[in-house]
Amino acid sequence: MRVTIEVNGERRTADDVWPGESLLYVLRERLGLPGAKNACEQGECGSCTVYLDDTPVCACLVAAGQAEGRSVRTVEGLAGGDGLDPVQEAFVATGAVQCGFCTPGLIVAAHELVHRDPGATDAEIREALAGNLCRCTGYEKILDAVRLAAAKKAGERA
Amino acid sequence: MVVSMDFLRPASLAEALELKAANPDAVPIAGGTDVMVELNFDKRRPAALLDLGRVPELATWRAENGRVRLGATVPYTRIVDELGDVLPGLAMAARTVGSPQIRNRAGVGGNLGSASPAGDAHPPLLATGADVEVASTRGTRTVPIGEFFLGPKRSALAADELVTAVLVPVAAGPQQFAKVGTRNAMVIAVCSFGLALDTTRRTVGTGIGSAGPVPLRAAAAEDFAAEVLPWDEPAANTLTDDTAKEFGELVAAAARPIDDVRGSAAYRRHALAVLARRTLRWAWQDVSGR
Repeated sequence: MRVTIEVNGERRTADDVWPGESLLYVLRERLGLPGAKNACEQGECGSCTVYLDDTPVCACLVAAGQAEGRSVRTVEGLAGGDGLDPVQEAFVATGAVQCGFCTPGLIVAAHELVHRDPGATDAEIREALAGNLCRCTGYEKILDAVRLAAAKKAGERA
Repeated sequence: MVVSMDFLRPASLAEALELKAANPDAVPIAGGTDVMVELNFDKRRPAALLDLGRVPELATWRAENGRVRLGATVPYTRIVDELGDVLPGLAMAARTVGSPQIRNRAGVGGNLGSASPAGDAHPPLLATGADVEVASTRGTRTVPIGEFFLGPKRSALAADELVTAVLVPVAAGPQQFAKVGTRNAMVIAVCSFGLALDTTRRTVGTGIGSAGPVPLRAAAAEDFAAEVLPWDEPAANTLTDDTAKEFGELVAAAARPIDDVRGSAAYRRHALAVLARRTLRWAWQDVSGR
C-alpha cells in the first residue's frame, strides 16, 4: 500500500508498504532517514523515538498506515539552518554521547521534555527518559546534557 | 514470502463495527504497543489490521451518572494528566505503564483486548467494580469486569466485537495501586495490587494482577476489611497491625500464581501480602487525613 506522511515538514510518499510494517521501517528503509535506530523492536529501548503529531512515540510500535496523513519529526528534523538544536549541542558539550546508538532517541525524548518543562527536576528528567536505554554512559552525562539544555531554554524564556 | 494483509482504516465507530463484523479475523490496533511487538517478531500474521486510531468516539472520556466513561483508546498519559482526581487508582496504575513513549500511545481498551493477567489497568478496574462496554453491529452491551477475563489472554469479547469504553465509578474514598518489578519503568508486573475504599458505603474493593490465570478479586479480604475497619474512628493509628496482616494474608490466599520467568508462585504470594498490607495502610492514612 502507499503511505504519505509529512516528515520533518516535507510531504513524503512510500510505495509497496506492507500493512504490518512499522513507521520505523518506513523511515529508515524507504525514506532514507536512518536517524531513528532499530534495536529492540518492542518499545523497550527508546532508540527509535520520534515525534508523531508532536508526541514522542516509539516508531517501531506505530504501524506505518497509522501515520498516514500525519506529521512526523525525526532527529534529522531538529537541527535548523543555523546549526544543531540546543539539545544536540548540550549532548556534545557534556560528553553525553559515547557509542551514539541511543543518542537520537534520547535527543528526541530530551527535546520534548526541555520544551514542555524547562524547570524539570532531576526526578522528572529521569522519569521523562525512563523509556530510553543507554548501555555506555551510565546516564550521568546525559543528565548533565538535559540540565544544560533545560537551563538554556529556561533562560530564553525568562 | 510476503503474506498479504489488509489495513482497514475506519473513520467512525459505526464503520469500525461494520468492518469488524465483515472481517472477524482483523486484529484491532490502537496504540500498537502490544500488536506491533507481535508483528515485529513474526509471532502473528493476521489477515487484517483494524486501525482504531481515527475513530473519534473511542478517544474521549466524559463523566456520566457517577461514573467516568473512558474511551478505549484514550492514552494512559491523558488518564494520568486528566483523571487523577476522579479515578486515582487507575491513574496510579497508568503511571506505572511502560515508559512515556508507551503511555503516549497505549490505552485501557488494548489492555483489556489483550487480556493479559499482568495488565496494569486490570487491578484498579476490578477494585472499583468497573464495567467493560463492548459493541458490535448487533448492539452494545456491558460486561462486569469480573466476568470479562476468561483465561490467560482470553476474554468475553466475541469475534465481531470491539471494546469501546470502560465505565469506572468515580472514587468514593482513597484508592491505591502497587506493583512489583525489577525497575520502575518498562516492567511487566511480577505481581500487582489495586485497592479502593468506599468510605460512604463502607466497602473495600481489591484487584490482583499477574498472580493467576486471570486478574482476580480477593472477596474474602474485601469482606473482612469492610467488617473490621474502624470506619467510625478514621485515624491512622486505628488500623491495627493484626488487621493489616490478616488482610494481606487473605489477599495472598486469593491469588493463584504460577512459577514463571518473572517470579515464583511463593514469591508472588508473599509479595502480594506485603503490597496489600501496605496499600491498606496508605489508603487508611488518606481516610484519616480527610
